Amino acid sequence: MSNYLKLIVLGVLTIFFMIAANFARDLAYQVHAVILMLVTAGLFLFTLRQTDEPQPAPITGEYFDSVIRAGVIATAFWGVVGFLAGTFIAFQLAFPVLNFDWSEGLANFGRLRPLHTSAVIFAFGGNALLCTSFYVVQRTSAARLWGGNLAWFVFWGYQLFIVLAATGYLLGGTQSKEYAEPEWYIDLWLTIVWVAYLAVFLGTVINRKERHIYVANWFFLAFIVTVAMLHVVNNLTIPVSIWGSKSVIVWPGVQDAMVQWWYGHNAVGFFLTAGFLGMMYYFIPKQADRPVFSYKLSIIHFWALIFIYIWAGPHHLHYTALPDWASTLGMVFSVVLWMPSWGGMINGLMTLSGAWDKLRTDPVLRMLVISVGFYGMSTFEGPMMSIRAVNSLSHYTDWTIGHVHSGALGWNGMITFGCLYYLVPVLWKRERLYSLGLVSWHFWLATIGIVLYAASMWVTGIMEGLMWREVDANGFLVWSFADTVGAKLPMYVMRGLGGVLYLTGSLIMCYNLIMTVRRAPAKEASLSVAVPAE
Amino acid sequence: MSDTGMNKKVQIHEGDPNTTGHEWDGIMEFDNPMPRWWLWIFYATIVWGIGYSIAYPAWPLVSEATNGLLGWSSRGKVQAEIAMVEAANAPVNAKLEQLELDRIPSDPELSGYAVSAGSAVFKTWCAQCHGSGAAGAKGYPNLLDDDWLWGGTMEDIHTTISYGIRNEESDDARYSAMPAFGRDELLGKEEVSQVVNYVMSLSGEPQDASQVAAGAVVYADNCASCHAEDGSGDRTQGAPNLRDAIWLYGGDYETLHETVWNARYGVMPNWDTRLSEAEIRAVSAYVHQLGGGE
Repeated sequence: MSNYLKLIVLGVLTIFFMIAANFARDLAYQVHAVILMLVTAGLFLFTLRQTDEPQPAPITGEYFDSVIRAGVIATAFWGVVGFLAGTFIAFQLAFPVLNFDWSEGLANFGRLRPLHTSAVIFAFGGNALLCTSFYVVQRTSAARLWGGNLAWFVFWGYQLFIVLAATGYLLGGTQSKEYAEPEWYIDLWLTIVWVAYLAVFLGTVINRKERHIYVANWFFLAFIVTVAMLHVVNNLTIPVSIWGSKSVIVWPGVQDAMVQWWYGHNAVGFFLTAGFLGMMYYFIPKQADRPVFSYKLSIIHFWALIFIYIWAGPHHLHYTALPDWASTLGMVFSVVLWMPSWGGMINGLMTLSGAWDKLRTDPVLRMLVISVGFYGMSTFEGPMMSIRAVNSLSHYTDWTIGHVHSGALGWNGMITFGCLYYLVPVLWKRERLYSLGLVSWHFWLATIGIVLYAASMWVTGIMEGLMWREVDANGFLVWSFADTVGAKLPMYVMRGLGGVLYLTGSLIMCYNLIMTVRRAPAKEASLSVAVPAE
Repeated sequence: MSDTGMNKKVQIHEGDPNTTGHEWDGIMEFDNPMPRWWLWIFYATIVWGIGYSIAYPAWPLVSEATNGLLGWSSRGKVQAEIAMVEAANAPVNAKLEQLELDRIPSDPELSGYAVSAGSAVFKTWCAQCHGSGAAGAKGYPNLLDDDWLWGGTMEDIHTTISYGIRNEESDDARYSAMPAFGRDELLGKEEVSQVVNYVMSLSGEPQDASQVAAGAVVYADNCASCHAEDGSGDRTQGAPNLRDAIWLYGGDYETLHETVWNARYGVMPNWDTRLSEAEIRAVSAYVHQLGGGE
């Protein structure tokens, strides 16, 4: 019966998207209407073929791992796409000739930059969070994912969001809010997917067989709930037309800037920090084979982090139209945030006490641990850069870019690689990884890549900051803006090379993971069957 | 529910602290206290935060936020800095505004000041078109040489910067327009080609010698009134000298053909409404000393 309802909805949607493609007022909207039409029409046919066919009985006795396997593949795929885009635009900045005439308005820096940031944050990082949270919540709750195939809806719905966002950027469909570029209808779709994600996660936690909720799940839940709130508030727009991609934000002027950076900062705080701390709290104890260092610390730093992070956004708007009082509060909360952030680092690193020797032999653990090291470094650098006096030098310079990348490449990237190396043998039921030597290669290429990247951006950022503000004895500026751009070339080339190393490492990882699935010895069948617990 | 083998317990060593007794998928937690150094730094940042937010504008109240005990504001700070520099420079700016223009470059006290002030003005407002080194770009004159379109004395440069060229904002803007000889059918295709070759011969560019004689006639009838009989140009009309190797748009055949066919109409904004008189004089002195001042 529900299939007939589905067929009606999908049929109506298909026709609606046909009409939308016909009335489209801009190219991005038109292309999206065609994509959505194809998706709904395909789903219509798929549903039609299944209707009135015998259905297999729903599986209940084992973990829902197929969606996690898909998530692992998507994470690795989008990671490579994001790193490739990033490396290319790094060279576009060093050598503007790479903004080819023939690709103007499609693949010039301005179009590719949001593609890169969204690909690494939302496609790579987002898929990593989806699949690890689905894995961790099942294991630590001893319960199968709630909601049947709803988890598949979340996965494919999220991939559709990524494709719509990415094609939109290339075709010029953007609302020009950093990290929230997708236009109104894509935002609506993501809201639906996100609510389904929350339902699957929360449903599984509620069904748990363990009395307590594991700390990793606190972080995952905080991430899902807060991102939902941030996403909705920052994307409150009124579409100009239902047949076009343009919309007008409801927040005026400086309030819009404040909401945007409340969103932007907490996208870092809850997407890239809280969510990834959830990953850390499961995979580090597992890989190190040791208990978590301190339960007390995890409680205090969790609540402190959640409470304080949300107020730190105004430090993105020092010395702007934002009133001084808001700027002060943003700075104060950012500095107070230092120790709550480091609580996660301490719990991660100290979990290794009694197992430090494993760093010599286990490159996967080494990857997880260095990610925590980069996390600690970035969460010290962040509060420091939020101090107004430091910010007056660092703001708008490449220092910010270096800061973001030591966090993104070092913390988010490395911990995700570690999780993928952990998950692939487990999910594909292999005895071990194909090659630990290749993991070491990946580790060193990525680490050297990050060092080249971050160091060159620190140097060039501080240099341009000093050049911008340099005045002579009479108070007159010494340098023109173009002088500072010219001075940055060597560091821009260095940064691009760092990107090449990081990208190469990720390709080695993909090869290693594929070979693990294809060649590594299988685990004995008797061990690989999941059995229901009593 | 569990995967057999995957939920194996983490290792506990002899002498380890107590665990909390919880266990998830084999993961346990030690009941360690929070590190003291961590806790004390956390407290210290909170105490500092309270103190800082009392000293600086911070807490929003009903009608306005607290102003902070120090009376600091970001706008107040920048205004104070600007006021300090302006006060320090006020006497020398006053002198700069009063001295006759052509005496500024030789005035020992003012020239150094004017050049460094003018350099800052140039880098902020002029570099976008003329380049940060003032070497110009296609359509934007090089200011380092002594080839002037509208004159290179302090007076000339000052006038050009104050009122600009061919803009629609200033009634005093310098103005002249070359006819679009080809587009407006003042000359035929053949004549344009001839005159371009003639112009190229004036500066010794390689040209089609067979067209030069005919081009000379076209030139005399159509171009000489502005660019002068011998091609040396006329600064009162901003007509470029065609005898040298310096070209505003380019001296090759295609570019010159384009220039004669469609004409050019370079525009420069007036700065008298954007900069102070002292700033205009300073940047005039800066441009004057770049190499070609007269």
